[in-house]
Amino acid sequence: MDAVISPNARHADASDVNIERTQKKRRSLGRRITLLMLLPSTLWFLLLLVMPLMIILVFSFGERSAVGGYAGGLTLANYLNLGSRAAAFSNTLVLAPLGTLVCLLAAYPLAYFLAVKTGKNRSLLLTLVIVPFWTSFLIRTYAWIFILSGKGIPALLASVGLDDVRLINTPYAVLIGIVYGYLPLMVFPIYVSLEKLDKRLLEASADLGASAFESLRRITLPLAAPGIITGVMLVFILLMGEFLIPAVLGGGKVFFVGNALVDLFLQSRNWPFGSALAMTLVTIMLLIIGVYLKLVARYGGKPGEGAL
Amino acid sequence: MDQKTFIKTMRSWQNGSITRRDFLGRTGLGIAAAVMATNMPGLLSGSTSTSALGADKNIGDRLGLATWPNYHSQENLDNFAKTTGARVSMSVFGSNEEMLAKLQAGGSGWDVLVPTNYTISTYVKLGMIEPLDLSRIPNFDPSAFQEKFMAQGTVDGKVYAVPKNWGTTGMAYDSAKLKAKPTSWKEFWAVAKDQADGRTMVHDYQLTAIGNALKSFGYSFNSLDAKELADAEKLLIEVKPHLFAINSDIQPSMRSGDAILAMSWTGDASQLHRDTPSIVYALGKEGGELWSDFFAIPKSAEHKEAAYAFINYLLDPQHNKLEVLAHGYPSGDKRVDALLPPAMLNDPIMYPAVEQLSPLEFGAAATLTSPLRAELMARFKSA
Repeated sequence: MDAVISPNARHADASDVNIERTQKKRRSLGRRITLLMLLPSTLWFLLLLVMPLMIILVFSFGERSAVGGYAGGLTLANYLNLGSRAAAFSNTLVLAPLGTLVCLLAAYPLAYFLAVKTGKNRSLLLTLVIVPFWTSFLIRTYAWIFILSGKGIPALLASVGLDDVRLINTPYAVLIGIVYGYLPLMVFPIYVSLEKLDKRLLEASADLGASAFESLRRITLPLAAPGIITGVMLVFILLMGEFLIPAVLGGGKVFFVGNALVDLFLQSRNWPFGSALAMTLVTIMLLIIGVYLKLVARYGGKPGEGAL
Repeated sequence: MDQKTFIKTMRSWQNGSITRRDFLGRTGLGIAAAVMATNMPGLLSGSTSTSALGADKNIGDRLGLATWPNYHSQENLDNFAKTTGARVSMSVFGSNEEMLAKLQAGGSGWDVLVPTNYTISTYVKLGMIEPLDLSRIPNFDPSAFQEKFMAQGTVDGKVYAVPKNWGTTGMAYDSAKLKAKPTSWKEFWAVAKDQADGRTMVHDYQLTAIGNALKSFGYSFNSLDAKELADAEKLLIEVKPHLFAINSDIQPSMRSGDAILAMSWTGDASQLHRDTPSIVYALGKEGGELWSDFFAIPKSAEHKEAAYAFINYLLDPQHNKLEVLAHGYPSGDKRVDALLPPAMLNDPIMYPAVEQLSPLEFGAAATLTSPLRAELMARFKSA
């Protein structure tokens, strides 16, 4: 590169050009470094996201081989058979948004409390929110079997006269498991955005005669919006693919698309149909998230702030 | 190796960049110690276990086992680890289909499988298990087993698998909580919708769930007939809302009383009855499943020495006796039966009367790979 520039550099009247070239050179070097630094994540993205997705797409048009697994082919049969998993789709599409909503309703007050009302105990309380993560999610979910089964909460309810309450292996058990498992994921983003909340804004709004509800609606909520949007996305995306909680607390009776997938890959070994199901789930998820982000952009909230 | 390299190697061992085994290997100290240990007994006494130094036959420090829930004596597993240095890491499954799928996907890390009779020919066909070198299992005596069980592990005259246990698939129910006394699969499904509504469990397993639904119509346990399967599906989907769960591990819920009626294998019934005497076991009088589980070694096994050692260890009649006492499945080995208490040999759960056994069928290989059965089961679960 030096060899290319040096002839010009000898002419004093060409110094402007020279500076420009140096800047250009610096810029192109910077760009190269940027590209180099992006390389690992690009490779990661291609190898671990795009490639598997392509494989699944190809598989989804194939046929199940005689002993299970994948055999080549070009058929739409797998997609036409999606109706046989309608129950799994409807369970997921009801319980995932519902779970997200309940998580949000439970997490918001907690996050507000942590961000605004705690003083020196804050780090301790925040740690307590994280503590459950120190134990395996599977074990924590399994523990709920004992809490929700006959000798747990239903026995307590029976002692106060509410007989024959069934919790375990019902959608309620799954919902409880979801809220329990995903609450921290909702609390933290909301906490982060509320922590920055300037309390003087609330004082000002109170001084100007706003009720507590008015302050919440017009000040706190809009400022917490980025956190809420992030939390909702985090929890919702994970819930759409959830299989562990329904498997453990649903007893094979509350079936998510995730469970149908596990079943297709690990029991009936119908990889092509499983792939079609997975592609459909990915598409539905993208559509829902697309619409959600559009709505968020339209009704307040700055675009991009809610992005992960 | 000169002094400098030796010290350098020792430093890397001390700071953790190489392991103790590497250190011993690189410096030759391991061999030296082993030679000294064998030639000068007492010199290194108590310092290290002999097997780790290679004086004993070294089978590695772990063994991957794919098996079923509540199916081994913990005492045996502990003693095996103590005497050989190989710790057993166990994966338990709810169905043979699941076990096959995991092995098919690769990277399972298993050294010993416990497949059920009807899957063995498929494992052989897929080239996933290999004929056993019986000379490495001296505790296995083919003449101690009934021919009908031996035959299930033999393909084209080669022994691919040796018998572990046999048993039946029937129904377990808590006679203190269930008034009805079901004795047939027809009654099982009827009671599930009625007296045991919300308290019945069905295996998460196509072979038994579909098979026992088929039996209630009097069809073959192994039917692949489209019309017969449609009848079974209709029944299963009708019963589903009344079930407590679709799960092969019935014991926790039967013990807690959440479930009072369940599809059950011999050993689950034995163990439940032992701890809760009111839980009893019945076979369907239309028939049902007679099965036999085996030990097999997958081709992909990384610790074959350990696999042979483990199978041989458990087939030692004294050790196998502990297995049977723990899990309550008959071993099928005459030498083991001779060591069992008479009460156990007369237990109708473990050894049903001949006339009850005769209508039972072995599972058929075709059900394992049948897309019809697989899809039916999946529809039942996702309904």
